[in-house]
Amino acid sequence: MSEPTREDAFEPKIVAFFCNWCTYTAADLAGISRMQYAPNVRAIRLMCSGRVDPQFVLSALREGADGVLIGGCHPGDCHYQEGNYNARRRFELLRLMLRDLGIEDERVRLEWISASEGDRVQKVCNEMTEQIRALGPLRLGTVPKVDGERASPAPATELVGQVTS
Amino acid sequence: MLEHELTPRPPAPNGGPRIGVYVCHCGLNIAGKVDIEQVVTFASTLPDVAVARDYKFMCSDPGQELIEQDLRDGLVNRVVVASCSPLMHEATFRRATQEGGQSPFYFQMASIREHVSWVTADGEDATGKAKALVAAAVRRVALHEYLEPRKAEVQPDIMVVGGGIAGIHAALVMADAGKHVYLVERESTIGGHMAKFDKTFPTLDCAACILTPKMSQVRSHPNITLWTYSDVVGVEGFTGDFTVRVRHRPRYVKEELCTGCLECIEKCIHKQGKFEDEWNEGLSKRKPIYIPFPQATPPVVVVDPEACIWFKTGKCPQTCIDACERDAFDFEQTETFDEVKVGAIVLATGFKTFQAERMPEYGYGLYPNVYTSLEVERLLNAAGPTGGEVVLRDGSEPKVVGIIHCVGSRDAKHNLWCSKVCCMYSLKLAHMVKERTGAEVYNFYIDMRTPGKGYEEFYDKILREGVHMVRGRVAGVTDEAASPEEEGHLVIRAEDTLIGSVRRIPVDMVILAVGITPQPDAQDVRRMFNISCGGEGFFTERHPKLAPVSTFTDGVFLAGACQGPKDIPDTVAQAGAAAAEVLAMVDRGFVMLEANTAHIEDELCSGCKTCVGLCPFSAIAFDEERKRASVNEVVCKGCGVCVAACPSGAAQQHLFTDEEIFAEIEGVLAYV
Repeated sequence: MSEPTREDAFEPKIVAFFCNWCTYTAADLAGISRMQYAPNVRAIRLMCSGRVDPQFVLSALREGADGVLIGGCHPGDCHYQEGNYNARRRFELLRLMLRDLGIEDERVRLEWISASEGDRVQKVCNEMTEQIRALGPLRLGTVPKVDGERASPAPATELVGQVTS
Repeated sequence: MLEHELTPRPPAPNGGPRIGVYVCHCGLNIAGKVDIEQVVTFASTLPDVAVARDYKFMCSDPGQELIEQDLRDGLVNRVVVASCSPLMHEATFRRATQEGGQSPFYFQMASIREHVSWVTADGEDATGKAKALVAAAVRRVALHEYLEPRKAEVQPDIMVVGGGIAGIHAALVMADAGKHVYLVERESTIGGHMAKFDKTFPTLDCAACILTPKMSQVRSHPNITLWTYSDVVGVEGFTGDFTVRVRHRPRYVKEELCTGCLECIEKCIHKQGKFEDEWNEGLSKRKPIYIPFPQATPPVVVVDPEACIWFKTGKCPQTCIDACERDAFDFEQTETFDEVKVGAIVLATGFKTFQAERMPEYGYGLYPNVYTSLEVERLLNAAGPTGGEVVLRDGSEPKVVGIIHCVGSRDAKHNLWCSKVCCMYSLKLAHMVKERTGAEVYNFYIDMRTPGKGYEEFYDKILREGVHMVRGRVAGVTDEAASPEEEGHLVIRAEDTLIGSVRRIPVDMVILAVGITPQPDAQDVRRMFNISCGGEGFFTERHPKLAPVSTFTDGVFLAGACQGPKDIPDTVAQAGAAAAEVLAMVDRGFVMLEANTAHIEDELCSGCKTCVGLCPFSAIAFDEERKRASVNEVVCKGCGVCVAACPSGAAQQHLFTDEEIFAEIEGVLAYV
């Protein structure tokens, strides 16, 4: 077996939704502190984790993400008082649905990261990248190859498009 | 200098989005890791991109001018800047976009410094991630809608929370500028820690002499409303328009009538002080009716209901009332509340010293002659428990004194930070103890840290005075004598790293140079004011270098040691800076508000009311007749919770519409 090269090694794509006040600021702090972490995580800034519509997660997975990370303020610390509690409730419901779709828990994660926890951004991004690298690509919309042929998109895709909050 | 400039494509005939992408080198901060040329070339291929350029420093005037010129020339009508974090320069580039004649919200930032070049080890990976973030920003900005900047009026009054030297200075600066300031202090007097000190380093000028004039200025200033024995219990609103609720605790004495003659204390049924005097760090006893120190401001006595016989038994001749010529007593007083509107808030809530009990090896609380530095400050103070005499618990003068530095600071078991003031105040205490008692003084230090004007010179002076310096962390303090000369003394055991041996030094008095720690209720305070703090509990400034007095919550500013350990000069400087920033904001008269409020598309609203209950700010009203919800955009703070919850897609958030975020998702995934 040959060593995997840059081209053929699986690199997970992870979309992150970070709230402006805590986790996005923590990611800035990780930057200011030059904490190196996996380049696989790409952050989208929202004002609050409570803005994370479950459709964003599903859309990211459908568009090719292998994982989604949601970052918000610690419970009790929300800049908008309770947006992160909304995020948590939605996340728990979404998780049930993702399980039904056969999507592993490790792929969609909710983390509380405060503005001072740059090191936690580093840790979570690295950890998640490693976990998803171990799980392999999500392959949503395809079923495993049968007789060398790729089957038509699985019903999961259809489902994903229909979900509302 | 422009290094790559691609031929601009002609604007789309339909007048649709023509996006300019500007990639910043940030010197080598970005260019050292990210292949800028690749990113620019990539950006120029993206849909709707009319111009892609790069520049050494986009935030510089010529950098901004690039954007403004392209906008004025009509080459572009939307702008993406790929540079640092939006928390750093979004405002700068929005302004440039506006200067160029477009709505400032036709702008999107891609953070390729904090989120890419500074955190990615490999250059190729970094370039790939930078492209993805640029692609996301381009897709998103193409969907941005036209938005007008919103202005809100600023309430002219200002609140300062905390009446130590930081709060006092900030309040005076702003009051002198003609603003009305509410100064709220939870103790019965302003003055804070500084009022407890006898002398201040490095000049050894008397703390009271420089502080008390400022304290009385606060009290007499026509523009300052001083609320002592009061605390903030609620904060609502946003920058420029806060409503703050303040609780006044009962002193059982009418502040406006009490003249501070102190006759009542004299005549109290308790002939002697019996209760721990907090102001003197418990080194003396006070009566149930007391004033912390002679120059307390306001000079109004306080009745401690926990100690007062009247409150405890209802049976007391109330000699205090008879003694008062002004009829100032009111034993029926209860808590009262005030609600005020202010435009800005300065938090100057100060610090606590490290609890020496947490390091039992130093014997604090076990050996009576182990003191904290704050206790010794009180001993040295002429208004303190001993009238300024440095004496041991038995009243005798110490002949040998040991000062242990870094107690609770620079210690992985306790606090990692350097408390910044302890080296200097330890030198000051060494000087003063020697001066007052003639004792031999030993300082046990890890490193001497004396940066500051006149500080190193002060250190030098103390060395020449013959204070002994032992370099090494102290292992412990014990009363177990190992030799006859140690008998009856406390023994400090320390490794002297300069001579490479362990020493045992018998002393009469040990002074623990306790460090600076956050206030124990810092977490509650920061939650109330909606700001953040570091893991250790000091409030977080907006930027460690460039915005050291503002916070992430607009309109809330920081001064003094609540933000981190500071000495008096630094505290006063920061307080002045906070005051200046507040004045700049209040004098402008308005603040620009974020455009990111929510709104409800009337025709899509199904009247389910999901959003109404979710809004933490009660910004959503429901019209029962029409069965439609609507958002009050003045009250809305733009969290987007209602938008995420709306089942029919009727709720939308400006700058964070579903479409814009979907586009951003596609963008970040488009290139890996």
